[in-house]
Amino acid sequence: MRDLIIETRGLNYYFGNQKVVDDLSLKVEKGSIYGFLGPNGAGKTTSIKILLNLLKSPANTVFLFGKEINSNRIASLKRLGALVEQPAIYAHLSGAENLYNRCMLLGISRTKAKEMLRLVGLEDAADKKAGKYSLGMKQRLGIALALLSDPELLLLDEPTNGLDPNGIIEIRNLMIELATKHQKTILVSSHLLAEIERIATHVGIINKGKLLFQGTINELHDLSKPMIELELNDIAGGREFLNNNGYQILNSTEKKIILPFISTEECGRLNTLLIQHGFTVYSIYQVRKDLEHLFLDITKNN
Amino acid sequence: MRSLLLSLQSEFYKSRKTLAFWASILLPLLICGLITFGFLSNAEKIIKMHYPPQVLWMNFSGAALGVMGMLILPFYVIFMAFSVNNIEHKNDTWKSLFAQPLNKFSIYAAKYLYAVMLIFICLFLFALFTILFGHLLQALNSGFTFNGFSPVALLSKIYFKMFLSSLGILSLQFIISLIWSDFLKPMGIGFVGIIAGIIVASKGWEYAYLVPYSHPSLALSMSKSKNMDQLFSQEIYSSLIYAVILFIAGYFIVAKKSIK
Repeated sequence: MRDLIIETRGLNYYFGNQKVVDDLSLKVEKGSIYGFLGPNGAGKTTSIKILLNLLKSPANTVFLFGKEINSNRIASLKRLGALVEQPAIYAHLSGAENLYNRCMLLGISRTKAKEMLRLVGLEDAADKKAGKYSLGMKQRLGIALALLSDPELLLLDEPTNGLDPNGIIEIRNLMIELATKHQKTILVSSHLLAEIERIATHVGIINKGKLLFQGTINELHDLSKPMIELELNDIAGGREFLNNNGYQILNSTEKKIILPFISTEECGRLNTLLIQHGFTVYSIYQVRKDLEHLFLDITKNN
Repeated sequence: MRSLLLSLQSEFYKSRKTLAFWASILLPLLICGLITFGFLSNAEKIIKMHYPPQVLWMNFSGAALGVMGMLILPFYVIFMAFSVNNIEHKNDTWKSLFAQPLNKFSIYAAKYLYAVMLIFICLFLFALFTILFGHLLQALNSGFTFNGFSPVALLSKIYFKMFLSSLGILSLQFIISLIWSDFLKPMGIGFVGIIAGIIVASKGWEYAYLVPYSHPSLALSMSKSKNMDQLFSQEIYSSLIYAVILFIAGYFIVAKKSIK
């Protein structure tokens, strides 16, 4: 197994009596983009705050860079950058001043701030008061703040929240670039599966504080059972014919018949069989239940 | 130590464009300016009184000092304690502040020290402007007798005493402003505290020194009367003890505080 940048071992967290994180065991490998997925209120932000030591975790449950977080708080925080919920920005300072202030706290050069402004496309708005920024601009400034110290690990809590489609694509590309070209590890939370599916190498699905799935994106895909969608000239006749020949029909609509996928050979055999019996096959293809439904299924059953 | 300096520098950077920072400069300028204007427009009347230089200085500086202990200083301290913390509450930046690779104590101590510095600057400027404007009056109207006495030592001592007497209130209000993000609680509690302070101080209650809000009033009334020479009087000790205890308590609140 590769180095684990984030590891939590059976982490529990309570707000009063309410258990908000339940036996959470995250494993985030170095260089991965870990999509942390769950509906609103599932415990994503709480988990991220625990990773930042903003919420105190029980001893020996949270490890960043292989070290226990409570006893290595400063050393761990030095190596990560974060964007939690709404970006934390001083409204009375300009975008550039917000970055300069952070540079000051981190003891790094101001030139880095200019570089970040360019990276997130806020150069033109650098001297505008951050309070007057649009939501998308604030989000970008938040990302710039997270990236400022050139951290190895990025914790991004819904970073595309409030961005327009262009902005979403830009941030997505930026994340991919950071992970592939600069070997950063990124944990990105979202409640939108489609968003995560496009960028993540690994996925963790959380609901009501419980981790319901964790693995690579391919492992997630494998969970969804492949099916065959069949389009014929005669749906009703085809259905009857297939039934009589011992095929299991999962579903059928006016235009399609859906069968479980067994193998590619079997698919060919089915095609041949139908044609030999006078059906015209318009199309026959393999589909997977889309992840959106899978995600809903996973989170619903809990 | 390094992270304390960095945090302090950042506190200054963050607030240098806010009213809270400028208030510490504008407030003494404005009040001393008004008093000076009053003296200048009533110059004839005042000169006719033929005050000795020392009394003239007392009258001049007393115009600000008279309300300093009861009103200006306590309110100013409450406002500073509030605004230093409010900058983080308002922008929801506590979480990012405490997610920086900085010692939590430095972040907290820097905020506290910054508030202390602002109060010091404000009181220093009160003393400075009083002296400067006194001499300005003398230059504008030679009928005054400001040049016959140097109030530097006396005013420095009184204002330094004021400064020390305000630290108890500061620590108390600092904690209140740290815990609650709204404006009304620190202001409301502070307001009630100030009134209670005025009452116990003016009624000469034996244990008045136990109420932090009474310290500036007490310090001032003391300095007017018997123990003018004594810098560390009972209420100053009390103020400093309050300051130290509450400062430490505040740190434990911060350290335990979970940032929601």
